[in-house]
Amino acid sequence: MQLDADNMIRTLAEKIGPLAAGTQIVGIHTGGAWVAEQLATLLGANQYGTLAVTLHRDDFGRRGLHPQTKSTEIGFAVDGCHILLVDDVLQSGRTIRAAMNEIFDFGRPASVKLAVLIDRGGRALPVQPDYVAMSMPLDNKQILALTNENNALRFEIRDV
Amino acid sequence: MLTANPQLTSDKKLRHLLTTEGLPKTIIESILDTADQFVSVGDRDVKKVPLLRGKSVFNLFFENSTRTRTTFEIAAKRLSADVINLNIDASSTKKGESLIDTIDNLTAMDADMFVVRHAQSGAAHLIAQHVNRVRPNVAVINAGDGRHAHPTQGLLDMYTIRHFKKSFHNLSVAIVGDILHSRVARSGIHALTTLGCPDVRVIGPKTLIPTDCARLGVSVYHDMKRGLEGCDVVMMLRLQNERMDGPLLPSGQEFYKSYGLTAEKLSRAKPDAIVMHPGPMNRGVEIESTIADGRQAVILPQVTFGIAVRMAVMSMVSGGGSNGGHAGDAA
Repeated sequence: MQLDADNMIRTLAEKIGPLAAGTQIVGIHTGGAWVAEQLATLLGANQYGTLAVTLHRDDFGRRGLHPQTKSTEIGFAVDGCHILLVDDVLQSGRTIRAAMNEIFDFGRPASVKLAVLIDRGGRALPVQPDYVAMSMPLDNKQILALTNENNALRFEIRDV
Repeated sequence: MLTANPQLTSDKKLRHLLTTEGLPKTIIESILDTADQFVSVGDRDVKKVPLLRGKSVFNLFFENSTRTRTTFEIAAKRLSADVINLNIDASSTKKGESLIDTIDNLTAMDADMFVVRHAQSGAAHLIAQHVNRVRPNVAVINAGDGRHAHPTQGLLDMYTIRHFKKSFHNLSVAIVGDILHSRVARSGIHALTTLGCPDVRVIGPKTLIPTDCARLGVSVYHDMKRGLEGCDVVMMLRLQNERMDGPLLPSGQEFYKSYGLTAEKLSRAKPDAIVMHPGPMNRGVEIESTIADGRQAVILPQVTFGIAVRMAVMSMVSGGGSNGGHAGDAA
C-alpha cells in the first residue's frame, strides 16, 4: 500500500484549519516532532515544541530508560495556552497519556487537542484523537513506523 | 562467591554502582546521556518525574556528609521515591548489630535501594555481594567508601567536564592536592582514562600522592606550576585533615603556598580552563577565594549536575537496565 506521509500531513493541516489565537503546536519525539515541524510551517505557526515522554512511560519498570532519548523543549509558557498535541501514529494511547503528564509538568494548559497522521486502532486507554489524516486498522504483529531520511518522511510497514 | 564485578548483571548492565574502576565506557556514557535528560527537570514547574514511584530508597550514612546525602535525597525525591534517612550514629550499630544484619532488617522493610556511605573501604561492595545472594531486586549505590571510591562524584565531574569541554579526547586534566586520601581523585582518574582522556596529571606533595600512582596511567607532578601548564581542567581536592594519621604536612599555610590554587598559578593553565572542586571547600587552604568565585570556577554547576547524575544512576539501577531492559522483555 502507498502511504504518502507528505500528503497526509497536508490533509491533517486542512482538517485542523487555521490555528485559533493562543494555540501552540507540540510534537512527541521522534516521529511526532517531525510532523509538528511541517504542520507548523503549513499552519503558519512561528514555533513548535517537542516532548520526550520517556520519564512518564508506564513501562519503565520493565524496559528502563533509553539514554539517547531527546529532551522536552517547550519555548513558551504552558499556563493558559491551547495545545495541539501531534504524533505520527496512535495505537494504545499510552504515549499520549505520558505526553499529557509531561505537558502538565510545565503548567496548566487551557486545552489540549490531539492530531495524528494514522490511527491504527488497538486502544488500551480512553484516548481519542481530534484530528486524523487516515484510519488504518492494523494487526498487533505489524509495525508501522515513520522514518526520516534527509527530511523526506516515509511510512514503513513491517511484520514482526 | 559471585562475579568479580558485582555492579554489573550477567548481560553487562548496571545493577549497582560501586566504583568507576572497571566500569565499561558504554555504561559511563549512557549514565551521562541519561543525566542530560534529567538536568532540565530542575527547571520545570513540577520538579518531579514518576520513575521511582512506590520505591523506597534508604540513605545509609555511616559517615558524615551534607552535600552528598542531600543531593541523593533530592535526586530520589525528584524521581518520586520515598526516602528514608538513617541516622546511623543513633542506630542499632551502636548497640552492636552487624552491617549485614542491619541490611537484612532494612530489606525486610521492603527497601528497594541503599545509598551507602561508610568510612571502611569496600563496605558498599560487601553489601552488594550480600544482596546479590539474598535480594536480587535490591540495588546498592556507593556514596563514598573510605579512601576507595566515590563513583557518583567521579561521574558528576565527568558530566561537568563534558558539559563545558564537549569531549575528552584532547583534554589535559590536572587533579591537585591530597590524592592519597581522596576517593574522589581515584574515581575521577578511572573515569577519565576509561573515557579516553589522554593526559591526566596528579599534582601534590610526595607525602600525599600514592606511590603506585603511575600504574593508574597518570603523570605525577610535585611542582604545581609545571603541572598546570596548558591544562584544560583543574580539579582541586579538599585537604582531608580528618584522614591524616600522621604529620604528612607542615601546615595549612605551607600547603597553600605550594599547592593552593592562586590566580598566579592558574595563569599557567589555558585561559579557558575550568576550575572544579568537590566541596566542601577550604578557602585559603587549597583555593584562593577570588578563584573559587571567579569566572573559571564551575563549582556550583557541579552541585546542580550532581543531582541529575544521581537521578540517572538511581533510575538505571532500578529500572529495566541502561539500554532497553531485562532479557526476555519484548515491547
